[in-house]
Amino acid sequence: MQTAAPLLEVEGLEVEFRTRQGIARVLDGVTLSLKPGQTLGIVGESGCGKSMTALSIMRLVPTPPGRIGAGAVRLKGENLLQASEARMREVRGKDISMIFQEPMTSLNPVYSIGDQIAETVRLHERLSRRASLERAVNMLKAVHIPAAERRVREFPHQMSGGMRQRVMIAMALACRPSVLIADEPTTALDVTVQAQVFDLLKEMQEKTGTAIILISHDMGAIAEMADRVIVMYAGRVVEEAATDEILESPKHPYTRGLIACVPHMEEQPPPERGALTEIPGVVPSLAALGAGCSFAPRCSHADDLCRRQAPQPFTVGTDRRTACWLYDEPGAP
Amino acid sequence: MTEYPTTKPDSAPGASEGSSEVVHIERPVVEFLRMYMRNWSAVVGLLVFTAIILAALFAPVILAVDPFEMVWMPFTPPGQDGYVLGTDNLGRDMLTAIVYGARATLVVGGSAAALTIFIGITIGSLAGYYRGWVDEVLMRITEFFQVLPPLLLAMVLVALFEPTLTTVAIAIGVVTWTGVARLARAEFMRIRELEFVKAARSIGSRDRRIIWRVILPNALPPLIVNAALTVGVAILFEAALSFLGLSDPNVMSWGKLIGDNRDYLLDAPWTVTVPGVAIFLTVLAVSLIGDGLNDAFNPRLRER
Repeated sequence: MQTAAPLLEVEGLEVEFRTRQGIARVLDGVTLSLKPGQTLGIVGESGCGKSMTALSIMRLVPTPPGRIGAGAVRLKGENLLQASEARMREVRGKDISMIFQEPMTSLNPVYSIGDQIAETVRLHERLSRRASLERAVNMLKAVHIPAAERRVREFPHQMSGGMRQRVMIAMALACRPSVLIADEPTTALDVTVQAQVFDLLKEMQEKTGTAIILISHDMGAIAEMADRVIVMYAGRVVEEAATDEILESPKHPYTRGLIACVPHMEEQPPPERGALTEIPGVVPSLAALGAGCSFAPRCSHADDLCRRQAPQPFTVGTDRRTACWLYDEPGAP
Repeated sequence: MTEYPTTKPDSAPGASEGSSEVVHIERPVVEFLRMYMRNWSAVVGLLVFTAIILAALFAPVILAVDPFEMVWMPFTPPGQDGYVLGTDNLGRDMLTAIVYGARATLVVGGSAAALTIFIGITIGSLAGYYRGWVDEVLMRITEFFQVLPPLLLAMVLVALFEPTLTTVAIAIGVVTWTGVARLARAEFMRIRELEFVKAARSIGSRDRRIIWRVILPNALPPLIVNAALTVGVAILFEAALSFLGLSDPNVMSWGKLIGDNRDYLLDAPWTVTVPGVAIFLTVLAVSLIGDGLNDAFNPRLRER
């Protein structure tokens, strides 16, 4: 795992949005790398740039008002930010594909699900209608849709949310992409169905060897699925580490806060902890970010330095980084 | 909504079969027809309109007479001497004129409505999909056409060119497309934000495909209803133009009949009222059809 060449590398990615309040830098120097077959989790609160990172990798950032300012997205060495639009259309769905948060609206209501899966196949491979429909049936079988031969002719409104998310997974994997981006794939689903979708993603990953970028605000989901995690805050990567390391010893105060917020089931909750834990404050407006660390206003460790200057990611230990002044010198807490 | 099967099919094949039997599933087309047929006024509208189309289609077979030919004394009242709807100021058979007039009305009304829909959907979908400067330019053009008085503009257009059925249809299409364009734009602006459009882009679809194959089918229901109503509007425009003598003088039409006979309204009222009733019935039938389509498309009116 350590020696494998990265499949997808994002380096110093900057994305800006023109808003009424001024230029908002929604991604600021995002760097990540993904190895073949690996699962990378991206966590953070709403509006911290998780989905924007995904859209930038696919080059689907709405422009205008958005603009990819600087950085590189390298897929097997090819910089996608410099690729032509025609080349990007080849990449989308074939090399990198994506599943979305809302299974209720991410399928087109006027086409049968078979047509929609077959469509993806036919956009990328020269296949007859029949062959592509056969592929659709096989994909539905692979994602455990019962009676796939009949279901292939049905319409999205005839299926439940969990079923539709399975169809989305089938569609996304129909061309055997090397990277699958799952943008909060289970947020809209029942808890019981969530687990099934995660199991399915894992199973499909084993079968096809695809690497997964899992975007979520749910630490529990990340803990279950991801090999490595990056934590994002206000468009920056504030911490990156292997999943078990981050869960055992979170370094950045924001990561600690996120983990503390996950409610635990305890037989006898300690009497002093009545309510759920929260991180005080909200994600700041990106158009009005000052020079200092963007988390400083909400951080209990913040001092003058934090408010004056934003920290660069410091390497901690062997294979993890965190952007916090607390880890400025080696041997810090 | 079907229940999600909690067991995987390979572990329990029987359980999975049962899950899909929970709901009775109808093909969308069948359900649509059922909903339409439930609305009796829409069914009446459809029957009347079908009858008018059939009459227009088989006019030369039913009445093998030239509608312009003088056949009997002028101003023969309806029912007298075997002329069911009487004769007009030039002694032409009103029934023949009405049946032949239906042809002009339907051809012009239908093709003008088709043109309206075509221009409206093209402009509206491009504006609503691309937004930005494309939207600005196309909407300013639309507003330009909206502020011009439509009948006046149509008259100018017909007067500038030869007064044939084709130019009349084009003139009507050119002055009535703005409503469709605005409706199509609104629908595109709503649908382009939905996740399946993002999903279509994420599998590598190009803009052309997203506009025509992904968004348009979802925008169609209100546009189809609007198209039906547009046929009515186009028929009225055609009647107005031929009433003013601006249509093809060699083609019999209802508006022309009213225009030719308007001086005799008090002496021979049937010469004006009969084509008037024909126009009224046709437009009413078309509107009822539009109404029925609207109800059939509206899922909220579908009770289970």
